[in-house]
Amino acid sequence: MTTPPSRALLIIVVVLVVGMLIPVGYVIEATARIGIPELAALLLRARVGELLSNTVLILLLGVPITIVLGVGSAWLVERTDLPGRRFFSIVSVAPLAIPAFVSSYGWASVVPSIQGLGGGLLVATLAYYPLVYLPALATLRGLNPSLEESARSLGLTERAILLKVVIPQLRLAILGGGLIVALHLLAEYGAFAFIRFDTFTTAIVVAYQTTFAGSSAASLGIVLALLSVIVLGMEATARGRARYAYVGSASARPAELVKLGKLAPLAILALSAIGTLATVVPMTSVIRWSLATTPDLLDDLWRALIDTSLLSLSGALGAIVVALPVAWLATRHPSRLSRVLEGGYSIASSLPAIIVALALVTVTLNVAPGLYQTTATVTAAYIIIFLPRALVTLRAGLAQVPESLEEAAQALGKPPFIARMRVTIPLLFPAIAAAGALVALGAANELTATLLLAPTGTRTLATQFWSAASSVDYPGAAPYAISLVLLSIPAVALLFAQTRGKTR
Amino acid sequence: MNLHINGVSKSFGATPVLSNINLDVAQGSRTAIVGSSGCGKTTLLRLIAGFIKPDRGEISLDGRVLSAPGRDVPAHRRGIGYVAQDGALFPHLTVAANIGFGLPRTGRAQRVLEVMELTSLNATLATRYPHQLSGGQQQRVALARALAPRPEVVLLDEPFSALDTGLREQTRAAVITALERSGTTTVLVTHDREEALSFGDGVAVMIRGSLPQSGSPESVFGNPASVEIAALMGSVVLLPAVQVEHGVDSVLGRISVRHDRSGGAESVVAMVRPSQVSLTADHSHCGASVVGVRHIGPTAVVALRTQGQHPTAISLTLPSHHTQSLHVGAVVGLTLDGGAVLYPASAAGRYFTELEN
Repeated sequence: MTTPPSRALLIIVVVLVVGMLIPVGYVIEATARIGIPELAALLLRARVGELLSNTVLILLLGVPITIVLGVGSAWLVERTDLPGRRFFSIVSVAPLAIPAFVSSYGWASVVPSIQGLGGGLLVATLAYYPLVYLPALATLRGLNPSLEESARSLGLTERAILLKVVIPQLRLAILGGGLIVALHLLAEYGAFAFIRFDTFTTAIVVAYQTTFAGSSAASLGIVLALLSVIVLGMEATARGRARYAYVGSASARPAELVKLGKLAPLAILALSAIGTLATVVPMTSVIRWSLATTPDLLDDLWRALIDTSLLSLSGALGAIVVALPVAWLATRHPSRLSRVLEGGYSIASSLPAIIVALALVTVTLNVAPGLYQTTATVTAAYIIIFLPRALVTLRAGLAQVPESLEEAAQALGKPPFIARMRVTIPLLFPAIAAAGALVALGAANELTATLLLAPTGTRTLATQFWSAASSVDYPGAAPYAISLVLLSIPAVALLFAQTRGKTR
Repeated sequence: MNLHINGVSKSFGATPVLSNINLDVAQGSRTAIVGSSGCGKTTLLRLIAGFIKPDRGEISLDGRVLSAPGRDVPAHRRGIGYVAQDGALFPHLTVAANIGFGLPRTGRAQRVLEVMELTSLNATLATRYPHQLSGGQQQRVALARALAPRPEVVLLDEPFSALDTGLREQTRAAVITALERSGTTTVLVTHDREEALSFGDGVAVMIRGSLPQSGSPESVFGNPASVEIAALMGSVVLLPAVQVEHGVDSVLGRISVRHDRSGGAESVVAMVRPSQVSLTADHSHCGASVVGVRHIGPTAVVALRTQGQHPTAISLTLPSHHTQSLHVGAVVGLTLDGGAVLYPASAAGRYFTELEN
């Protein structure tokens, strides 16, 4: 019994979606402009073949490894009698607070010879496995234990229950988490550039630095965009008709824990090893270098903090303003049209940051040169890149505010606008705050788009870190690295709380 | 007439939900709209409240048009209170703030106390939040909130269905008392026929988006306009009957006719309520054999099959201690008290309980 949305809301959402799709339009326009023959000439080179094999290999190897690490940790901390489960449940999410490029820097200063595919795999899988761990943990917490009990009463062994009941229900979490890891691997610049592992993203940045937004960068961008679309398509095919819905209502009883017995020390050893490699090793070198820092850096750090805060806050506000109409349309007026519009948002946001940046550079220079390298353009990039964080949070928040409350307010004599202000907005406030925090903290760590788009003279923590670290000024980079990690902790805590609170 | 609904229709997309609804609700009366789930009764309530607009027809209150082609008074200017199924209490506001939500600042606290008293809510609950209340208390707060601005009409959408049995009775009694004392015109929507029949002055029956009958509870129960309505309002016993002078002949013998709704049809059925049928030891006149006995605490449901040419299934609910001598296969006599309502046999359809020989 859904009512059709108002015309104004539809127009707003359509305009926003069109704006969000600028990077997609850029890729299509670039393909048409360069033309297939020249594109072939640019791409059919041994160098591009090497990039392609690197990028595909890191996807094919990296995604399964993160799935094994993520699902395994989630199962151990949620469903077994592992000693110190609570501690390990936090250890497994901690790597998210360390930006991958910081982790890469930490590893490189411990093992200077680290490089290539092996180095890329090591750093990236350890940095990204929490992206599978979190949805797997949420699903495991939400699973109804009576399903497993039914299976047990039907005569299945513990092993068979794990394979036939638990894992199939984790399918959506695995696919969703795997998709996010794959998109991160495609988009990662800093972590790979630092250890000289070349992918399309790193090659595009190099091409941009040498030939600016010319056809060389554009043609590599087209392939990268195509790879993202292929990843999206594979995930959609594997998912089939299933949806990423909330995992049912809270389960009435906690599940019976699996006894690890003699395997417990082994499990503790494995989780400790992963935690050490993912968190302790990079953080130790960050801290070690920061002890060698000279105090005169503090002024620069202070400036970078201010610049970072301003840019991230404007990104957060922008993302909330852009996400709210779509979230409203999707929850209050669900229809085929609203799903199509939402689909537009998700395609736009799954393109790697480097493509978004290239598109905005090209569009501003050609259409509105006054906007080139301004705060407005960086903000636009942050909105496009981090929109899903805001959208998911706001949608969940709106779903918690039933329309009947607004109706009740109207029946009590309040006009619709007042009803919304006095009932819906106060109830939505926690979700708005959480959405803003997640986007702001993401933006504070953003490197690729910020490097290309930030106004000249703007120094964010990420760009300052990068310029110091890439010129091998390890002590100079350390204070920024610590600040980045500290800034990330609240966002990770928020995500972790959302994951745990959602189902219990 | 206070609330007047004339020829109202509503579709959602291509699905017609309500067609040509006519209903009058008198000032200060309580009317229940009863129907199975999905029949469109909530939609009618939402149309009256002004949350949605009718496609056709007119809704007026005391001669003031609320909704008509090209005219629509928005919900917040209608002066109609609404109590949703789940209460729809504002979770971020206390009980007092919820109740006072629709009140002007001056005199608010005083009025909040008044309606809390009216709805039998203890004043100590005023500072609680909705999640700290029981289900029954939540519904009474929702009613208090709706009554606080002194609306001309209050609409109740299945307000008791989310409560468990004991609480439901208790809350219903408290709500009816409060409504009685405030004298507010009330429209209740329910799928529970007993709730509808006991709620107040009027009952309107909704079937697949239309209102085929409305009137006093007695008339709707005692003289249903169709077999379907008869079955919706209570259990029925349908007997094939032959019209004779001063009544009809059936397997239960000659029955007087209370109401003839057969429209002169040749072949008719007589509708009586199971409560009109009682058991006797004498089965020479009209006999039936016991097919099954099922005990439900203090009562027992006895399934019977009448003897003779047109065997008919009748199931009676009797006090358990009256059924001790009954066992499957026993033959009992049946007598009928009171008259029947006649319908055309063709309209009896799936409600007809005549058994194959």
